[in-house]
Amino acid sequence: MSAKNVVTTLKKNTMLVVLVLVYLFFVITTGGSIFKPMNFNALITQNAYVYILACGMLMCMLTGGNIDLSCGSFVCLLGAIGGVLMTVKGMSATVGILSMLAVGILYGCGLGYLVAYVNVPPWIATLAGYLAFRGLGTSILSNNSTTGSIPYPEAFVKFFSGRVFGTKPNGPMNMVCMIAGIAAAVIVVIAIFWTRQTRLNKGYAADSFTAALAKSILGAAVIVLFMYKLANNGGIPTVLIWVVAVVLIYSFITSKTVVGRHFYVVGGNMEAARMSGVNTRRIMFLAYLNMAVLTVVSAWTVMARFQASNSTAGTNYEMDAISACVVGGVSASGGAGTIMGMVIGATLIGVINLGMSLMNIDANYQKVVKGVVLLGAVAFDILSKKRES
Amino acid sequence: MAKILLEMKNITKTFPGVKALDNVNLQVEEGEIHALVGENGAGKSTLMNVLSGIYPHGTYEGDIIYNGQVCKFSNIKDSEKLGIVIIHQELALVPEMTIGENMYLGNERGKKFAIDWNTTYSEADKYLKMVGLTESSKVQVKTIGTGKQQLVEIAKALAKNAKLLILDEPTSSLNEEDSRALLDLMLGFKKQGMTMIIITHKLNEVAYVADKITVIRDGTTIETLENHGPEPISEERIIKGMVGREMTNRFPIRQGVKIGEVNMEVEHWTVHHPLYPERKVVDDVSINVRKGEVVGIYGLMGAGRTELAMSIFGQSYGVNCTGTLKIDGKEVKLKKSEADAIRHKIAYVTEDRKGNGLVLSQSIKVNTSLANLDSLAKLGVIDQDREYAVAEEYKDKLRTKTPSVEQLVGNLSGGNQQKVLLAKWMFAEPDIMILDEPTRGIDVGAKYEIYCIINDLAAAGKSVIMISSELPEVLGMSDRIYIMNAAKIVGEMPAKEATQENIMAAILKSGRGE
Amino acid sequence: MKSISIGDFFKKYTMILALVVVAIFFSITTKGKILYPQNINNLISQNGYVFVLAAGMLCCILTGGNIDLSVGSVVCFTGGLGAVMMERGANMWITVLVMLAVGLLIGAFQGFWIAWVKVPPFIATLAGMYAFRGFSNVVLQGFTVAVRNEQFLKVFGGGADCYLPDLLGGGGLNRTCLLVGVVIAVLYALMTLRRVSVQRKMGIAHSVTGEIAQTAIICVVVIWLSYKLASHKGIPTVLIWIALVLLIYNYITQRTSIGRHLYAVGGNEKATRLSGVNTRFVYFFAYANIGLLAGLAGILNLARMTNAQPTYGQGYEMDAIASCFIGGASAYGGTGKISGVIIGATLMGLINQGMSIMGMDANYQSVVKGIVLLVAVMFDVLSKKQKR
Repeated sequence: MSAKNVVTTLKKNTMLVVLVLVYLFFVITTGGSIFKPMNFNALITQNAYVYILACGMLMCMLTGGNIDLSCGSFVCLLGAIGGVLMTVKGMSATVGILSMLAVGILYGCGLGYLVAYVNVPPWIATLAGYLAFRGLGTSILSNNSTTGSIPYPEAFVKFFSGRVFGTKPNGPMNMVCMIAGIAAAVIVVIAIFWTRQTRLNKGYAADSFTAALAKSILGAAVIVLFMYKLANNGGIPTVLIWVVAVVLIYSFITSKTVVGRHFYVVGGNMEAARMSGVNTRRIMFLAYLNMAVLTVVSAWTVMARFQASNSTAGTNYEMDAISACVVGGVSASGGAGTIMGMVIGATLIGVINLGMSLMNIDANYQKVVKGVVLLGAVAFDILSKKRES
Repeated sequence: MAKILLEMKNITKTFPGVKALDNVNLQVEEGEIHALVGENGAGKSTLMNVLSGIYPHGTYEGDIIYNGQVCKFSNIKDSEKLGIVIIHQELALVPEMTIGENMYLGNERGKKFAIDWNTTYSEADKYLKMVGLTESSKVQVKTIGTGKQQLVEIAKALAKNAKLLILDEPTSSLNEEDSRALLDLMLGFKKQGMTMIIITHKLNEVAYVADKITVIRDGTTIETLENHGPEPISEERIIKGMVGREMTNRFPIRQGVKIGEVNMEVEHWTVHHPLYPERKVVDDVSINVRKGEVVGIYGLMGAGRTELAMSIFGQSYGVNCTGTLKIDGKEVKLKKSEADAIRHKIAYVTEDRKGNGLVLSQSIKVNTSLANLDSLAKLGVIDQDREYAVAEEYKDKLRTKTPSVEQLVGNLSGGNQQKVLLAKWMFAEPDIMILDEPTRGIDVGAKYEIYCIINDLAAAGKSVIMISSELPEVLGMSDRIYIMNAAKIVGEMPAKEATQENIMAAILKSGRGE
Repeated sequence: MKSISIGDFFKKYTMILALVVVAIFFSITTKGKILYPQNINNLISQNGYVFVLAAGMLCCILTGGNIDLSVGSVVCFTGGLGAVMMERGANMWITVLVMLAVGLLIGAFQGFWIAWVKVPPFIATLAGMYAFRGFSNVVLQGFTVAVRNEQFLKVFGGGADCYLPDLLGGGGLNRTCLLVGVVIAVLYALMTLRRVSVQRKMGIAHSVTGEIAQTAIICVVVIWLSYKLASHKGIPTVLIWIALVLLIYNYITQRTSIGRHLYAVGGNEKATRLSGVNTRFVYFFAYANIGLLAGLAGILNLARMTNAQPTYGQGYEMDAIASCFIGGASAYGGTGKISGVIIGATLMGLINQGMSIMGMDANYQSVVKGIVLLVAVMFDVLSKKQKR
């Protein structure tokens, strides 16, 4: 690989490079404590909701830079509904989960209908939800003030938090976790080479052998390291399974399916998509229905993590999800952006949050840094693209 | 010899990696109409952008000498101060604002912090009269038609005290009647001593108005022709300069013409305007097309051609659509959905490539497969290898010039974009293809290739309807011609019998209400 | 003269009618309490910030539906800065200047990124929203800082004595206030008269009946308002500031080049650029301007609360945005007026006030606000659809 290739590769993956640099920065400034197993676990559990919500937000943004401002407040409302049902009303975890899902689908359909069929600008439609849901959630909780004193059903908590085949955090290495990590790494390596080979066989452009090798070594190393760290901290966090599942599913939908392609096309040129027989209204509808459903999923994980419903849950979640997308290169005007980019964006924000709290930086300065990073990342992205073209 | 008003000497302009202009020279005399012609991408617009200061001094080499002085413009305002005003191809008007506000946008009357609206509107009215508009300047721009908007643009230029007026494709979105009125207006201004530069693709217009014609090809000036004689200069002569060779045959000859039975019939088709439901935009139209036949629909812009085509295509335009549509002799009732029309093997290739034809931010591959993506998918999962292969196949078939099918469509030239659009609809495997102005805004060479594709489609047994407002094209390509005017079909004739004269006669006859 | 059908009339004055309906609704449910002079006074003084911020937000929205999410945090930050400065004994006027300058600087900073680097406004101001909330905490060190500068409170309408003094005296009814009301009404009527006559002279056609009716209604409302205010201590000081801001911004948007350029950029950015307008400067202006107004809102807010807390200003951006949309600004830019913003902001204020008088739970208040916003926009979208 020549020097020029290296430069173009780096340019293509600016955010990845930034992520690595930021991580190294925190490794140094925290005296390595960000590298401790415990903090790998924290990175996942504290940011799970960002990954899940950002998948939904990405789909909305693809359709033309549309966003959903209501998801944070909706997490609060869902928490209140689910929490009250499972504690005060004493219902089972299944009923709680299903009724939250039902509320989510109901809202998603209503919102999707308004956006797709009544043409209400999405961010106004969701701004209304932003204002209303937190109020509703809070009043439900204050009318059922005993909610906080009754624990959730054990099954619920177990299903969305804790660890899979967990062992003691500081005990011996969790073998299940380690084996899963190695298996995942092997699968990734095989997938990279298999794709390359099929492309070569059919005569399409493909990565050079060195590039593929570098990619697979890096990918495998990161996965194994990550899982090794987790294995030393009691095993795979349950929520990681959820995050990986959601990310994989949406990565598949956006890159391989007809519906996913339609999201990009609608965002690229709504009229052209319609004239080509794409049901554009249905795509808009799906984007918001989908967002509501993913909000339910993230509400489950958040509730289980805090093991409580409270009226401040979900504050600013919409901003986190949007930031993750935008930092990850999702176009603010629609039609461009990938799940992998978003994952890098979300991880970058997560690393910064974690690193700063480990450095004991004042929470206020953390907000400042968050803002600066957001602005800087986007400006950097825009400027580097400008120079290219 | 009259005074030279403008001289552009040895202009060279480089974009990263491309030399857009290479030693271009242009001389314009005071009081003449100077036409600038050349194929797309030849550098005409770039040259005018250099002149008007959009590309500021320092970003190009060479000199601009205006009125005997070397000029160094750093923005549009500088050139406007000297009376050089450019009217861009895409109308530079704000639809929500009034005509008066638009005319003085960036050039407000009164003081900067106290606009004098009364002066604005009364002065605006004065200039509107000069271009022959009777509208009040307090009317919103969005409420008047495109033809009148173009006149507003001219009034706006006059309000800036234009001495040298540059018109970039001023008639590209006008119908024949409005175009002629505009050209006559230009001739009127010439009499009053104004100097004008016109950029256009329409060579008949060049012959009509221009005193001198400068041909640009590949970023260099080829020649400057005089157009003073009693006979206007021949279009062939201009084309020779533009493409660098004689174009003896502008239309390819159809081979193996085999016209089959009637494939699609439209009977008593009536469509109403979506905003003004009482207005008929298509009025009791009946047409049919046979397998392997190219049917031309000739009509001016606004005659209802596009509306007819779009309403057949899943009612994508208009309201209260009535009439019957028969395919292979059987009546079909299309739902109000484009997807339904595609299922019935109808394709509509739009005239508005960038507006509702292509997704410019996506690759050739994505655009090619878009209308028939389901055929490449199993259970909703796209077979990306096949998609790639399909895109490659059409790229080769239509000879689209591109390094790869992963290239973004927005980076292609107009002719190549049109090929991608055609590829999309060919891949949708329709039986009936409605082509709406398939050669608009693309250069002569690319036009020929598009005509070849149309002939191939017909030879493959497709029914082709070609809508066009260019008479030679309709005459040269069709087997049968419908003439449309004011929402109605006013004539039908086999191509053999059709001539420019009897087509125009049919339109005039209907216009008189006979 | 063109006759206007009833349908058109409803469409044109939707939001005014909505305002009237909401006012009637609350006067029934609160048994007329909402129309008590005291409550009308409160409505103005408690919602001053909405009017000021909405005027700035309108300028941003005009450029193409762009918004500024940072205003809430900037209000908090400038307020905190001012409180701390005055506590350390800074002169009040210097403090005010510093607060305005800081607001302007923040706005200019964000405007720079938006206009020249082309960072989407949403992102740039989102960053500001995070950052200045943090800075507010830093400045105040997490505490509440009280304002003891009496003069400051007096000038900007805070504390117990937040009314203009009654110069004419006169017991129960504040005569100054009444007089001011009448004078404004008369002035307004005279100005309309002059405008109509000039336009007639220049031969620009106009419907006179509509003009007279509109003027009459506005005059009646002004006099009624001044009567109500006069019955309770007189003119709230903050009203002067609101009126000043609204008048200035009405002038800017209608009568200055930069104001018209805001509309033009939102209507067709490319066309505007090709007309020789520096569109980047227009964006920059919109955001620098809202920064300045956020500084002013910070001052007013600081005076009204008589202290600064790191949590102040939360959700202010939403109030301002909602006011603009309720007032008929287009979510896609290019249309919207200050007069609309006044109606929108008043409606938001009325709802706030009405619900708190009814003793409604604060949580439900935000629910109602959300629904009102949604209904307003839906109505707008649907009525425009019908027209098309």
